[in-house]
Amino acid sequence: MAKYFLIESRSPFDSTEVTHNYQLASDLANAGHEVTLFLVENGVFVTRSQASVHSFNNLEKVALLVDDFSLRERGIELSEVRSEIKPANLGLVVDAMAEGQKVMWL
Amino acid sequence: MSKKTLTFLLMDAPFEQARVTTAFRLIEDALEKGHDVNVFTYEGGVSLSFTEQKPHPNAVHGRSVVEEEHPLPKDWIAFIQEKAKEKGCNFNWINCGLCLDERGVNDAIAGCERGGPADFLVWAKNSTSTLVIGTK
Repeated sequence: MAKYFLIESRSPFDSTEVTHNYQLASDLANAGHEVTLFLVENGVFVTRSQASVHSFNNLEKVALLVDDFSLRERGIELSEVRSEIKPANLGLVVDAMAEGQKVMWL
Repeated sequence: MSKKTLTFLLMDAPFEQARVTTAFRLIEDALEKGHDVNVFTYEGGVSLSFTEQKPHPNAVHGRSVVEEEHPLPKDWIAFIQEKAKEKGCNFNWINCGLCLDERGVNDAIAGCERGGPADFLVWAKNSTSTLVIGTK
């Protein structure tokens, strides 16, 4: 079992490719790997409770993190973010790299 | 956490994508934590260190050069270079030579060297982790 740390910077409203990236995260987790999906830049828009993106609902086995700086830049309050998504600092990416996780910017 | 060597590959040109800003945030954080950092730039990313970048006023909003405080990637790199010195970290920056020639941006700030993909391969092999931040 490997540890994957995936970074998504785009919104599914911008590119349908993002849907495939969510699927990749889900498939890796379902294959038994430990998967974290870190959302940054416009990738954070999908975290709002009001957002309705079917493909984003299939990530039960994936740890979901959202860059707090990107949220603030876009005026998204933490209270608007879905409860299963944890706000985090970008430094976690560096920590994952230093730990030797498989870090990929999708 | 003990000192590690982390390598980044940047492909985005300056003044276009938020990914560049995020990349600089990551690199600064890595140095802050005491890690050694390598940066290889490819395609448009080679212009990040171009010396001829210039700030400008914003006539639309009536702001002077000083008021506009236009951030320049070459200055961010210089800041990161200083941070690396302060933290006692190795910080290496190599631009793809062919990409430089194509764009006519060979005049890079001090400390940013000319090289090729083979340099990136060596770094990747010898790093704890490598993160490719490609264009989208």
